[in-house]
This record gives sequence, C-alpha cells and structure tokens, in this order.
Amino acid sequence: MRATQLLQYLLAGIATGSVYAVVAIGFTVVYNATGIINFAQGEFLMLGGMIAISLAPVMPLPAAIAVAVLATGAAGVLLQIVFLSWLKNPAVLRMIIITIGLSILVREAGLHIWDEKVHALPFFSGDETSSLAVLGARISPQVLWVLVISACMVVGLTLFFRSTLLGKAMRACASNPTAARLCGIRASTVVTLSFFLAAAMGALAGCAVSPLTQTQYDMGSSLAVKGFTCAVLGGLGSVPAAVAAGLVVGVLETASVSVLPLAYKDVVALGILLLILVLKPQGLFARRPVAQARAGG
Amino acid sequence: MYLRRYFPVFCLLFLVILVQVGLTALKLEFYMTQLTMSAYYTLVALGLTLLMGYAGQVSMGHGGFFAIGGYAAAVLATVGFASWVSLPAAILITGLVALLIGIPVLRLRGHYLAMATLAFGIIVLRILLGTNLFGGADGLSDIPAFRLFAGLAITGRKALRVQNYYIAWGLVLVGLLTGINLVHSRVGRALRAIHGNEDAAAAMGVDVARFKLATFVLSALYAGVGGACLAFFNGGIGPGEAGVMKSVRYVALVAAGGMGSLWGTLAVSTALTFLSLRGAFGVYDDAVFGAILVGIMLFAPEGVFSLLARRNRPGNAQ
Repeated sequence: MRATQLLQYLLAGIATGSVYAVVAIGFTVVYNATGIINFAQGEFLMLGGMIAISLAPVMPLPAAIAVAVLATGAAGVLLQIVFLSWLKNPAVLRMIIITIGLSILVREAGLHIWDEKVHALPFFSGDETSSLAVLGARISPQVLWVLVISACMVVGLTLFFRSTLLGKAMRACASNPTAARLCGIRASTVVTLSFFLAAAMGALAGCAVSPLTQTQYDMGSSLAVKGFTCAVLGGLGSVPAAVAAGLVVGVLETASVSVLPLAYKDVVALGILLLILVLKPQGLFARRPVAQARAGG
Repeated sequence: MYLRRYFPVFCLLFLVILVQVGLTALKLEFYMTQLTMSAYYTLVALGLTLLMGYAGQVSMGHGGFFAIGGYAAAVLATVGFASWVSLPAAILITGLVALLIGIPVLRLRGHYLAMATLAFGIIVLRILLGTNLFGGADGLSDIPAFRLFAGLAITGRKALRVQNYYIAWGLVLVGLLTGINLVHSRVGRALRAIHGNEDAAAAMGVDVARFKLATFVLSALYAGVGGACLAFFNGGIGPGEAGVMKSVRYVALVAAGGMGSLWGTLAVSTALTFLSLRGAFGVYDDAVFGAILVGIMLFAPEGVFSLLARRNRPGNAQ
C-alpha cells in the first residue's frame, strides 16, 4: 500500500472514528450522571440529521443545523423528564429495556415524520466532487468539517467540565451524588442537563456526517453499538479516552475495507467490537474495572 | 402436584383443538395460517423467557438465532438434502453458533451483555445482506416443503393448513412442557438463584457459567426450531428476521408476559403476534411494540397480568 493511500484511509478512518467518539461521549456523559446506558443515543444523530435536512431548504444551513441541535437537545430532555426522571432506583435490566424501547419509538417517529428513504444534508462547502489535497492524499472537505466540529465539541466539553460551575457540579455528581447533594447541587438538574448535552452533541455530529454517510431512520442502532464499545474501550468515564478509542475503532473499520468486501464492513467493525467487549471490558485506559463497579450490582 | 403443574397444559391442548374446530365450523380457516406463524414466533419468545426470566440474562440478538435456523434449513433443503437431514442440521448449527457466541459473551453482565448480543444480531443481519448464497436483501424463496412422512409436510399449502396448525402448536406444547419441567427442576432452582444474585449462587455451589451457557443455548435452540419451521412453512425467509426490531420484539413479548412467566409470554405473544401478522397495527407495527416495551417496563414491570392480580388482591396495594 502506498503512503498516500495509507494516509487517505487514515483520514477517512479518523473522520468515521470521530463520529463514534461523539456517540461514546454521549454515553459517557449520561452514564456519569445517572449510571444509565442510554440505548437511544444513536437515534439522536438520526434526529439531528433529519431535522436539519428538513429545515435546510427554507433557511441558511448554519441556522438549520443550530435549530436541529437545539430541538434534538430538547427531545433528549423530554425523554428524560417524561420517561426516566420519576423512576426510583430501577433495576439495570429494566433501564436497558426502557431505553431500548425509547430508541424504537424515536426511530419509528423518524420513519413516520420523514420516510424510509436515505436523505443527506448538502455539503457544508463545495460539493461531492470537490476535494482537498492533504500531503498528496485527496479528501472531501466535509471530512475536515467532521474533524473540526468533533474536535470543537471535545474541547468545548472538556472546558465546560473543567472551568464552569455547572460543569464542575456535573463532575461532582458523577463522582459522589450524595456528597454533591449535600453541597447544594440539584442532582435532577444535572441529569436533565446531561441528556441535553448528549442529545445536542449527537445531533451536531449527525448533521456533520450526513453529507458523507447519509441519514436514514434506522441508522441509530449500529451507531449505538459502535459508540458504546468506544465508550467501554475508553473506560466509560473519560472524554479524551473515548475520543482515542473512537479513532482506533474508526481507523480499523476503514482499513478493513481494503481487505474485505464493503458489504462486510460492519461485520468486521462489530466483530472487533465484540472482541474488545469480551477481552477488555475494563477499557484500555481505565484504572478501575468499570464493568464490575457499576453493571455488576 | 403433577396434576396442578400439567393441568394448564391440558387446558391449552383443549383450547388449541377448540379453536381449530371453531374456525373450521365457522369457515374461518384462513386465520389458521397466522395462528401457525404466531406459534413459531411464540416458540422463540418462550425460549427467551427461560433466558431472561429465569437465568436473568438479556439477549437482544434472538432474531439472529431465528434467522440462522431459518437460513440454514433453507439453504440445506434447497441444495437437496433430505428433510430429515436439513432440519436437525439447521437446529444443530443454531446451537453451535449459540455455544460459540455464548462462551465469551455470557461473561458480560447488564449493559455489556445487552450491547454484545445486539451487536451479534446486527452481524448476522449484515452477513445475510452481504452474501450471495443467502440471497442478499431478497432473502431465499422456493424452499422445498419439509416432508415429515408421506402426505404430511410443513408447508403453506392450503390443503395442509389444519395439519400445519397442529404441528406448530404441538411444537409450542413441547416447548412449553420442556420449559415447565426445566423451571421446576434442580436446574430451574439454580437459574433462579443466579437471577437473584450471581455471586451468592456461585457461593452456594451453583456452576453459574455452565447454567447460563446451557440456558442460552437452549433458548437459541427454541429460536432455531422456530426459524427453521417457519422458513419451511412460508417457503421463504428474509434478512429482516435478523433485524434489531425483530429481536426487540421478542424482548417486548417476554417483558409484557411478566419477564419470567412462560404462560404470560405464551398468552401475550400469541395475541400480539397474531394481531401483528393480521396487520392490525398497520404501519405502526414496530411502534406498537416499542410502546409496549416502554409502557410495560414503566408501569407494570411484572407484566400485564400483574395489573389484574394487583386489583384482585386489595391487601397487596401499595
């Protein structure tokens, strides 16, 4: 394989991986605040993409995306308040089934509000034929958009957690909910906010990849599985680790296309992910075994 | 004690016969086609009840096992193997896959197990869609009928509709009896111990990993039988059977039935699957199952029948 070809795969893989990373961060944010894995996380990408696609013809693209992000964030909050907020200490199995049911409902809503066809947002700059030369490799400018947007989200989220009062409150709740409550932090607000953040970030990522991978009502479940594995690989708790895991998985998945038929891309990716789940359930970077710490209870 | 255990089974047998006689008398025999199909789907739900309700392990990939059974039977029968070879082989293949998947995956718990089985289902779906042997998105059709012996076959032909109704419900009865006996045996008590607390069960000398794996394989076998028989009955099978939505559906049926009640699953699954196959939910078919899943788990995590039971026992009110 030539060096430029390798670079091409690498860049495409990083773009794919950065989307998985955003899904993984969504899982992580909600898990930290609630101990729940929200199986509907992948659906937020679909919802964001679809809303932006519907709005794009009637308003400028950035405005359409902004509305889509806010609306999806609101939908996330709505899901949390209506379905999850009033459950007291539910069993893990019950929460799994409820969030899976919610993912089906969101997906079916997507099917009936829009349709079963494949849709796509217009490219943010240029069109599907335009390409940029990066060190001899040719990539679509949209790949750069995906990278830049994901990077901004990660940096923004890290700054939010480190430097703002609200972000610090969220971290406090994650590490010790009782102590956080004693310090006057309203836990329910933190949980609601975490759903908003997860949904809004998912929506933005869903918009950014829409021109490249298209948006369809049933895209959520495989995104959720891949994003979840990246979250686990990153140790379910740390944002930078989730990003690193996402990039690893994205590059591996893209590289598999050069060896196997395209139809098996997901098989390879999910197979790797199954292996990772089974072999390294404690994550590559984690200090403590998450699997036992929370899911085992 | 045995009378009490098996009495409901006799009632069910009686009901099955009654429905057939009634439908024939009223010239509504066409309903029997969907009743036969829902019997095969119910078989999957019964197997999943053993896994989820008694062993306490979730599987979001049982549609995958159903499809493996169905496709294996379809491919073998189409290639020209005799009926009595292709069906057992298909069931064996399903069991083997379940064994190979179960050994690593069942070490996971909670969210991890759910995601891993979900991934398994999607992998099966992608392989079916991407492989020419399995007909891609069109699936397989023109599968030869499964000849039991001269004059009797698992087939969708009108002439054998009543016979097929009895074959399907006979299999459900066998599955139900197997389940009931299992639940009341030493194995069943071990499984309930695992469900209650895995570590405590292990401390009491229950070989947790072995029981979980055995139940996983058994429930996959139920799915494999259901898939293979339905493929013969319909004369075809599509990749959609392995889809996420199908797997979620089985979970919804088990949850609505009470999450650990073979009879509850049987009742809910027969009713809902029959209605779904009749097209009663229209385009909202999948949405109905999603809503059932959420609704049941939010308001009646003990299943639909717990609502009735609670009303009948005033002392039990919260």
